[in-house]
Amino acid sequence: MTEFPKIFRIPLADWIDVAMDWVLTAWGGFFDTVGDAILKFLLQLERFFLWVPWFVVVIFIGILAWRLMGRWWHGIAMAGMLVLIGTFGYWDLAMMTLALVTGAVILSLVFGIPMGIAMARSNLLESIVKPILDAMQTMPSFVYLIPALMLFGLGKVPALFSTIIYSMPPVIRLTNVGIREVSKSVVEAAEAFGANSWQILFNVQLPLAQPSIMVGINQTTMMALAMVVVASMIGARGLGMEVLLAINRIEVGRGFEAGLCIVILAIIIDRITHALASRQKK
Amino acid sequence: MPDDSGDTPEPCLEVRNVWKVFGEKTDSVMDSDLKNASKEEILEKSGCVLALRNISFKVTPGEFFVLMGLSGSGKSTLVRCLIRLIEPTAGEILIKGEDVCRLEKKRLRRLRRTVTGMVFQQFGLFPHYTVLDNVAYGLKIRGIKKEDRYEAALKAIETVGLKGWEDSLPGALSGGMQQRVGIARSLAINPEILLMDEPFSGLDPLIRREMQDELVALQDQLQKTIIFVTHDLHEALKLGSRIAIMRNGEIIQVDAPEDVISSPADDYVQDFVQDASPAKVLRAGTIMETPVLLLYEWQGPKVAKTLLSKSDQERAFVITKDHRLKGLATHEILEALIADGAKDLRNRLIEDVPRCTPEMTVEELFPLATSSPYPIAVLDEKGKFLGDIRNRTIINSMIQDTGK
Repeated sequence: MTEFPKIFRIPLADWIDVAMDWVLTAWGGFFDTVGDAILKFLLQLERFFLWVPWFVVVIFIGILAWRLMGRWWHGIAMAGMLVLIGTFGYWDLAMMTLALVTGAVILSLVFGIPMGIAMARSNLLESIVKPILDAMQTMPSFVYLIPALMLFGLGKVPALFSTIIYSMPPVIRLTNVGIREVSKSVVEAAEAFGANSWQILFNVQLPLAQPSIMVGINQTTMMALAMVVVASMIGARGLGMEVLLAINRIEVGRGFEAGLCIVILAIIIDRITHALASRQKK
Repeated sequence: MPDDSGDTPEPCLEVRNVWKVFGEKTDSVMDSDLKNASKEEILEKSGCVLALRNISFKVTPGEFFVLMGLSGSGKSTLVRCLIRLIEPTAGEILIKGEDVCRLEKKRLRRLRRTVTGMVFQQFGLFPHYTVLDNVAYGLKIRGIKKEDRYEAALKAIETVGLKGWEDSLPGALSGGMQQRVGIARSLAINPEILLMDEPFSGLDPLIRREMQDELVALQDQLQKTIIFVTHDLHEALKLGSRIAIMRNGEIIQVDAPEDVISSPADDYVQDFVQDASPAKVLRAGTIMETPVLLLYEWQGPKVAKTLLSKSDQERAFVITKDHRLKGLATHEILEALIADGAKDLRNRLIEDVPRCTPEMTVEELFPLATSSPYPIAVLDEKGKFLGDIRNRTIINSMIQDTGK
């Protein structure tokens, strides 16, 4: 009696497997094309990050941090941490990771912000998308790493794909919330003066939702960085893979160095995007 | 009743049988007898909330039309229905002969951009725009070039007395100033009809009065048609050329302010009118008294002294032949005049007597009454003496009115 009756069993797993097979045979070409396009985009990004001389990056980040965060020693600290990555010998790998994160964030924003806007305008869409976002964030990432692998093959593309799945929800959510929280009276005023919905969106809603959207961008970036490390398991080169190799070979020191580099990247990205977000608020 | 007849000029706004029902099954209310039931019954039977019931009125160009009612009476809903910020459920709204309810979106937006301007209780300013950009917004939407719209905006800003604040953000301004920006924003598009939804309710009383006075002056100058929503009877009486009183989504009286006070349509209006502090409603001309004794300037001081003693008075006003106020005489002054050997009452009188016109409200008399030990003389615009008001008279008038 304590056992759940077998008769009620829903073979969801089988269905998904069948669907996956079908997608692979029927849509394989499509995914190949998309994958190629994404790969080209990523390789360009990576080439750019590797092409820029290290001292230019260090100086640029230093000045950016100083300007955004307001204190000269903030700039020195950020630049110093970047130099530390170089001293560990992980400059190139860090730049590869950064390229992947940048790619993931760009694509997350390109799809996420319009989605957030659409959600803010339709209660129906919001009620549909919200549970999907929950699933995207809570589903263990390995579950969709494998299908991504089957669709796009090994390498950067499935890594990017699964990174986007994980990192896109915050920016969607916060764009949605930001727009919905814009004061009704302000929107009504724009309406009363004859603004159409595009004018209301660009003149009123987006500017006023900007602080919220900036927080979303910050969170999306942090999530992308966290996921890029996991995604290195399916063949994306970068700091994550270094950690993975070190673990496999039980090289504690090496793992620690690579891990520290990831932490440094995280701190720099977080502080800079955070400063950007709070600057918009003023 | 809501229907206002008479040989008025062509209305620029006409509302005909407008209904608003909030809820999902509005048809079930509108297509049945249920629509004539009470608000509560409608809510119970259909789940719909009746906000406006069969509203009709006309507004002529240049009129200051006030919609007054307590919160929940539907006045804000009604003013929003006029430009379909809220869609009316049934009825016609004619602005310059065109039915707003039938306009397609584009035409409706054009109406909002060019014909009507709106001012909100919560100001509705764009916090990320400067005052100048806020005021110019209506013109920006219309696609007017930057220089042109800034020029018009600067003019509007000057009109409301905010010159020099163009580059501030609304958040840096006080409530009163923010609402000035709101008014300037609606004036900048040079609308024919100004819709004002409780524009001064969020302001503190002193500022509110100041803004009301300025709006009156502005209206004199610009001659816009104004639809003004308020819950404040004093405001309605002060500003409106006509007042529509609303209750439970219905208009129960449309009249000039005097008529609203003197012949309230029903108990509800009566209560409303009574609620008004008599100090704000009663006027000097109503409460003034004819003095027990008036002295004439050609009378001799001895005669005057006798008259004053006989009538048991402390003092009396002295007037000229053509009934103008000469001054105030007391026992001491008359004795002094007698000692002088004066033949008449043309000298030594107290001339620093508080004066007022019959139109002034009792509230405005308070400072006069407290600043001087003498009664207030009521004079018409030609300076003719009409009567006097003593502190006791003021107090009595207040007691009588509230005691009803």
